Parts: sequence; C-alpha cells; structure tokens
Amino acid sequence: MLRIEGLDVYHGYVQAVRGLSLHVKEGELLAILGANGAGKSTLLGTLAGLHKPAKGNILVKRKGDTPPNKEKGNTPVGGMSQVECPQLWKDITNTSPEKMVRQGISLVPERREIFSSLSVLDNLMLGAYHRYRRDKATILCDVREVMEIFPALKGREKEMAGTLSGGLQQMLAIGRALMAHPKLLLLDEPSVGLAPLVVREIMSILSQLKKTGVTIMLVEQNTRAALKVADRALVMERGSITISGSSAELMSDSKVQQAYLGRARVQPAWGQA
Amino acid sequence: MSDQLLQLLFSGLTLGSIYSLIALALVTTFNITGVLNLALGEFAAIGALLAISLYATGMPLIAAFILSIVLVAIMGGVLERAAIYPARRASGLTLIIITIGLSISLRGLALLIWGTDTYSLPAFSKGGPFFIGGAALNPQSIWILGLAVLTLSLLYAFFELTYAGRAVKAAVINRTAARLVGINPSTVSFWAFVGSGALGAAAGIFIAPVTMTTYDMGFMLGIKGFVAAVIGGLSNVGGAVLGGLLLGVLESYSAGLISSGLKDALAIIILLAVLLLRPQGILGVLGERKI
Repeated sequence: MLRIEGLDVYHGYVQAVRGLSLHVKEGELLAILGANGAGKSTLLGTLAGLHKPAKGNILVKRKGDTPPNKEKGNTPVGGMSQVECPQLWKDITNTSPEKMVRQGISLVPERREIFSSLSVLDNLMLGAYHRYRRDKATILCDVREVMEIFPALKGREKEMAGTLSGGLQQMLAIGRALMAHPKLLLLDEPSVGLAPLVVREIMSILSQLKKTGVTIMLVEQNTRAALKVADRALVMERGSITISGSSAELMSDSKVQQAYLGRARVQPAWGQA
Repeated sequence: MSDQLLQLLFSGLTLGSIYSLIALALVTTFNITGVLNLALGEFAAIGALLAISLYATGMPLIAAFILSIVLVAIMGGVLERAAIYPARRASGLTLIIITIGLSISLRGLALLIWGTDTYSLPAFSKGGPFFIGGAALNPQSIWILGLAVLTLSLLYAFFELTYAGRAVKAAVINRTAARLVGINPSTVSFWAFVGSGALGAAAGIFIAPVTMTTYDMGFMLGIKGFVAAVIGGLSNVGGAVLGGLLLGVLESYSAGLISSGLKDALAIIILLAVLLLRPQGILGVLGERKI
C-alpha cells in the first residue's frame, strides 16, 4: 500500500536517509530497528510530510474502489497491449503534513507531542480535524471507540492532557492519530521512557489494531518488544536498510542478536579448554 | 477635588478601554501567529476614516460601521498574504520590521486619501452625559467599554466553546502536532489577521466620536496598545485588558493632576519600567506557555 523509491533526505548538510527503497504491504506491522541517528525517525517524518526529501518518490496505492478511468467503459478486445491500466499508484512526495493526513497517513511523533494544555477529549476530537466537517455527528462515537481501545483513558476526558502519566500520554497520542482514521499508522518510539508493563500493553494494542486492517510502521529501540508484535522488520544503519526479513528471521539473526538484543555471540572455545 | 478624581477616573477608563481593545487584538494575533503586528493602530485609524467617509456619503451610521469593518478585515487578510506569508519562515524580528513597514505604508496611504484634516463621527447615541457623583460620563464611553467587554466575551467563547477555537489553540500549543492532525497554521494565521483587522477597525470607529480622527492617529494608538500588552505580559489576554485600563487611568491622572504634557511620555516611562522590573508583565509568569 506504500512504496518508497530511492529516498534521500537531508537535515541541513547531513544526509539522514540514503537511497532508501521500501515496499509496505497492506495490513502488515513493519518494525524499523536501528541505533540512534540511523535515520528511522527521519524516514517516518518524511512519510508524514514533516521533511522534504531531496530525491526519490513516495507512492500510495489508490483507493481500490475508484480507479480513475472507470468511466471509459468499453475495453478494447484487441489484446492486452491496448488496455490502459488505471494508475494504481499515486505520487505523494512533497505533500505537506496537513495534506498527508488526508491521504490516510498518521504519525504518532516521538515525544508524543500532545496538546498539553487541552483536555483529553479535545485532544482526541482534534485528531479528527481533517474530517470534522464531514463526520461531525459521529465524532463522539469515534471518541468512544478509541476509549474502548484504551480503557485507561476512560473517565479522564476532562483532565488536561499534560497532567497524564507518560503511558497515558502515549496512549492519548496513539488515540489521537487513530481519530484521523488512518490507513497507515506511523509510530515513532512509542515505548520510550515507559515502564515495561505499559510497553507490553501498548504493544498488545498495536497487534490488536493490526487486526482491524490498519497498516502499521513501528520505529523502535526496544528491539525485543517490537519483534514480538511485528510481522516483518528491517534494520537501518546510517540512513539505509542493512537487514530485512520476517520477525522470526531477524530474531534469530546473529548480527541482530549481537547488536540489538544484547546477546553475546556464542563462543564455544571459551571455558572448555 | 473628589469630583475631579472621579471625572479623571471616568475619562481614564474610557481611554483605557481603547488601549485594551488594541492590546487585545495585538495579543491574540501574537499568540496565534507569533507576529507582533505593529500596524494594528493603522488598522484602527483606517477603519475610523473609512467609516467617516462612508457616513459622509449619506449611508446610515450602522451600515458605514459594518462596511468599514469588513473592508479593513479584508485588508488585514490581503496584507497577511502579501507581506507576512512570504516571510513566514523568517525570524520574529524580521516579521516585526515588516509590520513596521506596513504601518508606515498604511499611514502614507491614509495621508494620500484623507489628507491632514481632522475628522469626526457623531456619537452613537444621542443625549447628554450622565452625571454620577458629580462627574460626567459620556455615553460614548459606555459604548467603548461595552465593545471591550463584548470582544473579550466573544474571544473567550470562541476559544473555549467552539471546535475551530480549539483547533487554533492547538496550533498555538504545538504547531507540529497541529499540522499532523491536518490543521494548516498558515490558514490560521490568515484568519488571525482578518480578525485583528476587524477588531482594530471596530476600535477605531468606536473612538472616532470622542477623539480627533486623523491619518496619523494610529501611530500613538499602536504604541499605547503595545505598552498595554507589555504591561499585561504580551501573551496574556486578561493581562492585556488590565494593562490597557491601568495605562488609561494612569495617563488620565497624570494629565489631570500633574501636567497634560506628561500624557504620552508616561506610556513610554511605564513601558521602560515594566521591561526593566517585571518583563513578564503584571499577570505573566516567566516562561509560561502561551494561552
């Protein structure tokens, strides 16, 4: 549902993403791992429209129900070569953040970035800003639905978002992104600074969300937690992908184990002699 | 003597409400856009002059009033697109200098159109002044105070009770997050200038019956509004209103009891004193988040 081709992104003179190409499948949970400064957050930020890529393309699949030249009707019988295929992919490179949301891409940013001096309810309602005019009547039902996903937020609707604990703020940030009804949810290190139990809760919510059909890209430093819920994972180093594969493959990859899971390489020669 | 003190208080509060209105528009725009619009006094002057000219064509006062507000609001929006929007990535200082440039250009434009004559508008309601405790209160003063109260309540209602108001607040609290949910800060900035144009024009028209309206009256109004906003802490809406009233009363007493030559100097002295002694303003808390 998302294709990235040869993406280059700079922060000033520093190149944060180098020639990155990636295909995200519909409905999968893709984990992006890597050390600090590997370009993971920049990649997500670029997808959300916060950074402008210097090179490369970002494409999303068009909505299946509206192929652009459906109107043409009479398909020539003459053979495949004459059939004009509908443009399946739509180029959304260089779209501004406020329009990316309308393309169905929602980012839960690093450090949550909730509206701290607004109430929990206002935060959630504003998440639906881009569709407020259309769906005014059902917004409160959507809020209730999000509250079902995050029961810990129930009863706190009137509280200032800034007074919530870190875990609740993270849930609120995810809830706010969900209010936009995204097709692709981008999460930038949701586990950072949270207690292990809360991390587990958030990860299990992510795997639940996946079942509702949302495609998820999860950037994490907490490799173990991320690999547990992800279908597929890739490792970024200095702006490009170095390892990619299914979660199980990465879990057993010796390089990943050594670098990110903290397991020393097995060295049978030691201690035996 | 006490009659005179009361009289000075009344005229001080009238003057203060005017400053409060300008300060309100200044602070609201500043909170929303981060731009200190020093051309706001000119919005008031042009609003008043336009209303006077429209009224002179034989239009009823209320129609002239509304049309003038609409025109200045449009002018505010056009100026935002033409001068502020292209420089939106520039530093705050650059933007302030742009608004100073706007203020000078608008004053020049007003001079070309209206010349150096002094104009006036009839009072909104007929009838002489009320006498309270031996001091006269001009009905127009009540209109001005009423406008200040109305504006404050409307602003409060907008920010606290409407979805759009909440979206504007969100854009102020966290610009990046606001963009991520689809709020376009540049649209918000546009409407903030439209709103401040309307508010500035309304303030100018309300005071036109009690002051001498000239092409350059915006300069002093803008400075007084700015001083009032600084007294209140620059980002505090309540502080701006208090600051305006305080400045008006102090001016009135110093002019009445000491010397009328002191009136304009006082504002600048207060500005310096506040900046040196309490830069966060009377209500401000240092390092507080905006709104």
